[in-house]
Amino acid sequence: MSNTIPNRQVICETLMELAKDDRDIMVLASDSRGSAAMGPFAKAFPDQFVEVGIAEQNIVGIAAGLAHSGKKPFVTSPACFLSMRSIEQIKVDAAYSNTNVKLVGISGGISYGALGMSHHSLQDIAVTRAIPGLAVILPADRHETKRMTQALVRHEGPVYVRIGRNPVEDVYESADGEFVIGKAVTMRDGTDLTIIAAGETVRVALDAEALLRDMGVSCRVLNMHTIKPLDEEAVLRAARETGHIITVEEHSIHGGLGAAVAETVIQHHPVPMRIFGIPDEPAIAGKTAEVFRHYGISAENLADAALRLISRKRQERER
Amino acid sequence: MDMTDLKIKATRIRMDVLRMIHRAKAGHTGGSLSNTDILTALYYRVMRINPADPKWPDRDRFIASKGHAVESLWCILADLGFFPKEELDTFCQFGTRLIGHPNNKVPGIEMNTGALGHGLSIAVGMALAAKRDGKGYRVFCLMGDGEQAEGSVWEAAMAGAHYGLDNLVGIIDRNGLQISGSTEDVMAIEPLDTKWKAFGWHVVAVDGHDMDALVKVLESAPEVPGKPTLVLARTVKARGVSFAENIPGWHHRVPNDEELQRALAELAAYEAQLKREGGRAEA
Repeated sequence: MSNTIPNRQVICETLMELAKDDRDIMVLASDSRGSAAMGPFAKAFPDQFVEVGIAEQNIVGIAAGLAHSGKKPFVTSPACFLSMRSIEQIKVDAAYSNTNVKLVGISGGISYGALGMSHHSLQDIAVTRAIPGLAVILPADRHETKRMTQALVRHEGPVYVRIGRNPVEDVYESADGEFVIGKAVTMRDGTDLTIIAAGETVRVALDAEALLRDMGVSCRVLNMHTIKPLDEEAVLRAARETGHIITVEEHSIHGGLGAAVAETVIQHHPVPMRIFGIPDEPAIAGKTAEVFRHYGISAENLADAALRLISRKRQERER
Repeated sequence: MDMTDLKIKATRIRMDVLRMIHRAKAGHTGGSLSNTDILTALYYRVMRINPADPKWPDRDRFIASKGHAVESLWCILADLGFFPKEELDTFCQFGTRLIGHPNNKVPGIEMNTGALGHGLSIAVGMALAAKRDGKGYRVFCLMGDGEQAEGSVWEAAMAGAHYGLDNLVGIIDRNGLQISGSTEDVMAIEPLDTKWKAFGWHVVAVDGHDMDALVKVLESAPEVPGKPTLVLARTVKARGVSFAENIPGWHHRVPNDEELQRALAELAAYEAQLKREGGRAEA
């Protein structure tokens, strides 16, 4: 792996750049400034940093109060606690009151590897995307994280962002270009099927596409960084133009990216789909790559599933 | 507004509340009547607000953490001209913005509340923003006593003291009752004064229906630099309606036609008495 910079560090550095000229940018932490990599921000901008202690309900309420007063608060707290312990504050104080609160769930998904289900956040997308008015975003790599952070500072309104703990391999060459909330990125174009991924699984999807390409299969890869509002147009274009969809996510197979895509596909243009994610069980212990492999979230497995999906369709056509 | 006028105003607000709840056949009668004097003191005397400019940046902020007792707040905001008084007829009706909890689509409402234990955290955020920006506004947060069982109240209490928010005033409407009965039977919360003191707050106890005392306490807060103030306001649930006072069932009971007339007659008689006394004071 070439990249050694975790996304959390990128968020900190980007916010530090912008906070110099924008004194309303604030960062809040719940005894999490270390794991959020926000130590440098706290040091450089003490007046724009708020430590709340281990109190995830309070951190969201305080952020809502700050936002109501014109601040641009970024709450940085482990995704597992932020998305569960404070879900009512997220629903009422952030989303329902429509405050400009950015919720950054750090160490998301299975980042905490061997720490168990208490520390995994594999239901956060399901709960946050069911809340009206709340955007839900998973950036794919450090470059997209930078673009996203810049866009979040400009964007007015509540957003839940989930990032992982460890550095992820790049999927973009640079941080150039604009991040548009709610607009999927076509990473590879193709005609035989589409793999839709978000966050750290975009890399897996791209690797699967490379394998398929070698086998003569034309695979489209969509980076669905915004799970809500979902880019339904891109999903339906994929359904119409490629006829098969595979989704892959670091989340429970229930209620996440796969569910969001399926809800759209099944109602408007049904095509065969496969949903890859973590099954409905406490996830097995291990490093991200090990756990991914255990549950079939690998380039090889995705490519294999793609071939089976396509050949089934071809057989049907031939009959 | 002077004391007699404030008391008369509170009495009229109570009448508006009862009429509105009766018309809508819905509402939290008990809690709205127990907090009426507190809200009247705040909105007609203590807080710096401008109904013509609800978002005036230097206004004092009010957060109704006990959001279910919104009826008195709706009646006060309408009376002050934040929205047309006729709109009170839509309370809890289909499609209304005057729902059974504070709704920030209505001018004068800062934040949507209703889920208990949220308001004080929000108020801490607002007070902290004022401190960081060197602004002089104060933040008032009204909580219920049953609400004190919510753990998040104490997270916010800790933070308010930690950041020395002497521009923050928490008020507890201590009417002693919650939906299932006495607070002490449901989940004992006493001793509230020593609990809040232990959390680093300056605590002031006051009779929550004594307008003179309420105004004095709320106007002088904060009394201690570097500390948030907690006003422990002893109140009577359904205050002002003799047959409903202190009865848990009136938490969200709706008066029938006969009860409404009795209640309005009692309040009208009290208003007449206030006017006579006020007249004597002036003479």
